[in-house]
Amino acid sequence: MSDVAAKVKAIIVDKLGVDESEVTNEASFTNDLGADSLDTVELIMEFEKEFDLAIPDDQAEKISTVGEAIAHIEQATK
Amino acid sequence: MEFKRVVITGVGTVNPLGNTVNDFWENLKNGVSGAAPITRFDASKHRTQFACEVKNFDVEEYVERKEARKYDLYTQYAMAAATQAMDDSGLNLDEIDHDRAGVIWGAGIGGLQTFYEETKNYREENPRFSPFFIPKMIANIAGGLISIKYHFRGPNFTTVTACASASHAMIEAFNMIRLGKAKIMITGGSEAAVNQAGVAGFNSMRAISTRNDDPKTASRPFDKDRDGFVIGEGSGAFIFEEYESAKKRGAKIYAEMIGGGMSADAYHMTAPDPEGHGAQLVMKWALEDAGILPENVDYINVHGTSTPLGDIAESKAIQKAFGEHALKISISSTKSMTGHLLGAAGAVEGLACIQAMREGIIPPTINHFTDDPEIDNRLDFTFNVAKERPVNIAVSNTFGFGGHNATLVFKKF
Repeated sequence: MSDVAAKVKAIIVDKLGVDESEVTNEASFTNDLGADSLDTVELIMEFEKEFDLAIPDDQAEKISTVGEAIAHIEQATK
Repeated sequence: MEFKRVVITGVGTVNPLGNTVNDFWENLKNGVSGAAPITRFDASKHRTQFACEVKNFDVEEYVERKEARKYDLYTQYAMAAATQAMDDSGLNLDEIDHDRAGVIWGAGIGGLQTFYEETKNYREENPRFSPFFIPKMIANIAGGLISIKYHFRGPNFTTVTACASASHAMIEAFNMIRLGKAKIMITGGSEAAVNQAGVAGFNSMRAISTRNDDPKTASRPFDKDRDGFVIGEGSGAFIFEEYESAKKRGAKIYAEMIGGGMSADAYHMTAPDPEGHGAQLVMKWALEDAGILPENVDYINVHGTSTPLGDIAESKAIQKAFGEHALKISISSTKSMTGHLLGAAGAVEGLACIQAMREGIIPPTINHFTDDPEIDNRLDFTFNVAKERPVNIAVSNTFGFGGHNATLVFKKF
């Protein structure tokens, strides 16, 4: 697992109170991990803080799974 | 229209003297002080360095960890007390009419800790707040979350009248049942202001005691050397139920609520009217609402915060409202032990009234050393030790900044 992936998953485990084993790349924040709309916004803000980047709203809306978040952050921090 | 009778069928609390009603009452009648140096944050540079904190509170007994994270401490205390009260009531959630069950909660400030933390982290160059900032902070969220937990779809709102908040909530909940708008109400109040903003804010107002060398004797209502209140925190909750339905299901009944009064000082932002007109009026309306005479009252749990002005004004108001009978009433300020729970005060003091009636014991006003020449020493403040006395009618006063006054009247069942 990449460094980014490990950090992203740790944030999700912490913020959503889910078990690490549930946080697969395919897992959807809302459908699989029990996040509501506020949780999702909070996750995006935590990613921005952790990786020191800005994720504009139009891009944030496209991030709905763990894998999509990791891919976006890896791309943005290259 | 004939009013319905309203009885109390469940109780719960988290407060500086205990995290259950029984622990609270044991300490209350034994004159235990809940004050101690502040542990919640480093208070060493604050003018006041002590408070009455809740001890050994574990929110996960009541709310899952991942949910609790989204609740300000004032809401966590609310969920704890409400859950205790619901469990205590023995209500069967599968049998009640959820459309006729509601929640009216009181909170004087709301999510002060959340407000403080979030604004502290705010940076001009990246102007963002957490999406949970608003829902965690707002003073009505506790009542909303309680209704979600129990699927209560009846009347639901929150009263915000500073230190009278819980009492106003309880009067409104009482009225909902009395008027036939609801069969069951969860009511009470909660507060969690033992934090940097709460302590420094009240310090600047010169409202709280600075007796840092002896926290346990700092809350000394009606004593000559009182120097302000001691901040407390926590919650108190009640299940109010329409009497006929409570009787039908064979509920355990703690007491009956028979009246409530409300008034305003219309005098000053924070100082009480020195003659206690508003305080006198609220007691008068409460007795009238309950359909009783001053002579019927056995016990008054006073607002008695241990502030120089407030205690004098309230003692004058009691003498005006009750006349000669004032000298025969047992009076006590349980804030001498719990500290001042602000928006939760009326709920926790309501619990004290109910226990006083059930056990025939008046909890004391501790920390009395010297009489204040400005307060009539013929009044019986139950100084220092609890007293045995049958109590048929108990009254609870609370007065809030803004000049909001509320008085509750309970009857032994």
